[in-house]
Amino acid sequence: MADRAQPVSLGLRLLSGGAGAALLAFVLMPLIAVIAGAEGWPRLGPQDWAALRFTLSQAALSAGISVALGIPVARALARRRFPGRGLLVTLLGAPFLLPVIVAVNGLLAIFGRGGLVNDLLAAFGQDRVSVYGFGGVVLAHVFFNLPLSVRLLLQGWAAIPAERFRLAASLGFAPADVARHLEWPMLRALVPGLFATIFLICLTSFAVALTLGGGPRATTVELTIYQAFRFDFDLGRAAALGLVQLVLCAATALLAARLAVPSAFGAGLDRPVERWDSSGRLIRGTDAGLLGAASLFLLAPLAAVVAGGLPHLFDLPAPVWGAAVRSVQVAAVSTVLALGLALPIALAVSGRGGARWLEIAGMLPLATSALVAGTGFFLLLRGLAGPAALALPVTIGLNAMMALPFVLRAVIPSARDLQADYGRLADSLGMGGLARLRIVTLPRLRRPLGFAAGLTAALSMGDLGVIALFADEDHATLPMQLYRLMGAYRTEDAAGAALLLLLLSLGIFWLFDKGGRGDA
Amino acid sequence: MLELDRLRIVQGAFVLEADLAVGRGSKVAVIGPSGAGKSTLLLAIAGMILPDSGRIRWDGMDLADTPPGKRPVTILFQDQNLFPHLSVADNVGLGLSPSLHLTVEDREAVDGALARTGLEGLGERKPGTLSGGQQSRVAIARALLRARPLMLLDEPFAALGPALKEEMLALVGSVAAETGATVLTVSHDPEDAIGFADEVILVANGVATPPSPTQALFADPPEALRDYLGAAGRKRL
Repeated sequence: MADRAQPVSLGLRLLSGGAGAALLAFVLMPLIAVIAGAEGWPRLGPQDWAALRFTLSQAALSAGISVALGIPVARALARRRFPGRGLLVTLLGAPFLLPVIVAVNGLLAIFGRGGLVNDLLAAFGQDRVSVYGFGGVVLAHVFFNLPLSVRLLLQGWAAIPAERFRLAASLGFAPADVARHLEWPMLRALVPGLFATIFLICLTSFAVALTLGGGPRATTVELTIYQAFRFDFDLGRAAALGLVQLVLCAATALLAARLAVPSAFGAGLDRPVERWDSSGRLIRGTDAGLLGAASLFLLAPLAAVVAGGLPHLFDLPAPVWGAAVRSVQVAAVSTVLALGLALPIALAVSGRGGARWLEIAGMLPLATSALVAGTGFFLLLRGLAGPAALALPVTIGLNAMMALPFVLRAVIPSARDLQADYGRLADSLGMGGLARLRIVTLPRLRRPLGFAAGLTAALSMGDLGVIALFADEDHATLPMQLYRLMGAYRTEDAAGAALLLLLLSLGIFWLFDKGGRGDA
Repeated sequence: MLELDRLRIVQGAFVLEADLAVGRGSKVAVIGPSGAGKSTLLLAIAGMILPDSGRIRWDGMDLADTPPGKRPVTILFQDQNLFPHLSVADNVGLGLSPSLHLTVEDREAVDGALARTGLEGLGERKPGTLSGGQQSRVAIARALLRARPLMLLDEPFAALGPALKEEMLALVGSVAAETGATVLTVSHDPEDAIGFADEVILVANGVATPPSPTQALFADPPEALRDYLGAAGRKRL
């Protein structure tokens, strides 16, 4: 069926095809280099097996806890109205923008050896507990993924029509009946995909393992690649481990893609539904307790970063400021790159006869990991340049690529709406090419583009991945510099740098997002 | 003259056939049950839908390879006729230049079109601040500037009340008279057809019939039209 005389213009097809091809090359070439560098299926030693076991078990437990705690918290949030509810929902989106290394800093201030929790334990005559190792890695992963889990589950609750709850009330359903007939079917559909998504995130997470893991008993595959590369400079082994990680990620990503996962940026989260089944005093008390505890768990580390960093913010050493400037530059270039790739892809995908392969290519970065890609790029480019020279260009490229799936998820729905609402009108008036881009597309997509740019910039700003593989003193970004300060036990400088990084990440997001909203 | 030469549009199980001609300057109502393909017919003429076979010709020229914006056509859709982020003047100006590169003369022409359609002084406003009737006038003002020989109305005034709808059709009629345009207007309401059109195309059972004079057609309706109107509808007319 020919539905439209003009599907996607030739210019856009060429542009989006080019963007897609560049993306594919950028994702696949390093992977091929890793596969070639691994020289066959690797023989894993006992250490490697231990790393594999640790990776899988921490990811499984982190995902399990995030989902298990997310369900009651999301349920409480779905059925309660209270002042500050909207703010709390917004806050749940914040960990996504939060640099991992900053969060780790905050978590250490609360749960670390000299942190609040251990001080309390000591005051009651208990032994201090260590946050490093398995427990710490899981703690940090739950800190990051519990909010994601709550947001996605809240969307699940929001997707149950309000009329359903009205019907349940008219039939005299008790909370248990509501759970069985309305909530359980929703959860059964949502939870497997949610678990797989968080599992994948924890599988590829590097900065958490780098800062809180380590040692023979708490090393992930991703971290082992880093050690093989950085300390032993054993490229064959790094490639072999990269292949293991690649298979692991690809298998999980395939599984996650088969399960339905809603986008994390859905609308309608602010709309509490009238509920008649949950006004009992016990339920109200439990919900309040749950929401209070979850907020405390999320806010305390952030508060610790702010309180700990404020006194030291203005006497940070010069290299920290230098790194901050470098980070802003990296974030800016990554953002331009990511949006430059994403916009033609989003427009081509949303046009009639939209290229499905482009949409799939855009999601591909989710299945790869920063260190695998970094190793691959080094293998590809080592004849041309040394690691230090590669550090910033590769970081910029990878940051843009890693943000691309999120950018596309934010822009494609709006581009589809634009096409559906105004595509015919623009066609009928003969608007095409750059004029259409300037007069219709950019103004109408300003909001999602601003949001996506903010997201990319913040992610890039806080990234501590491939940069750790390559950087020397002169090429360090702010997260890298912060990691060094923490490693050197320069606690006060680290606290100041953590706050600076937090402010820069949130600030740069706010700036772009605000720009997208215009004056409204 | 508009010619639809053995035109055939297939969309899944839906089929629409048309083999007819519409004379220059006529005002034609396209009526028929919902889902029969009235909009599809207009969208095909505008180039939004590709026919599976047959030809669409304007003054003997085949339009198959002409993209929508280049066709001798102005179409007013059921909704989304204006860009909400552009000012009224810019929305109208798009009728002169799709890239909005407007000369001083162009700007004057825009002002003239706004005055002609009763929108004087509203050029700087955004469409969202106008009433439904005023928004329709903006679309008509743009059609006036585009001055294409064929105007297609896909129920753009459906959301307006009866009096306002009549007013808009009258405005379209006078604009068409000025530019000498042929008008095809889709309608659910046979009364619209009688008030506005000299001829009627009936779309029913997968076929668009050639235009017949309005008065004669309603005086002695063929079976397909009788089915569409029903007993109550016939009595009303």
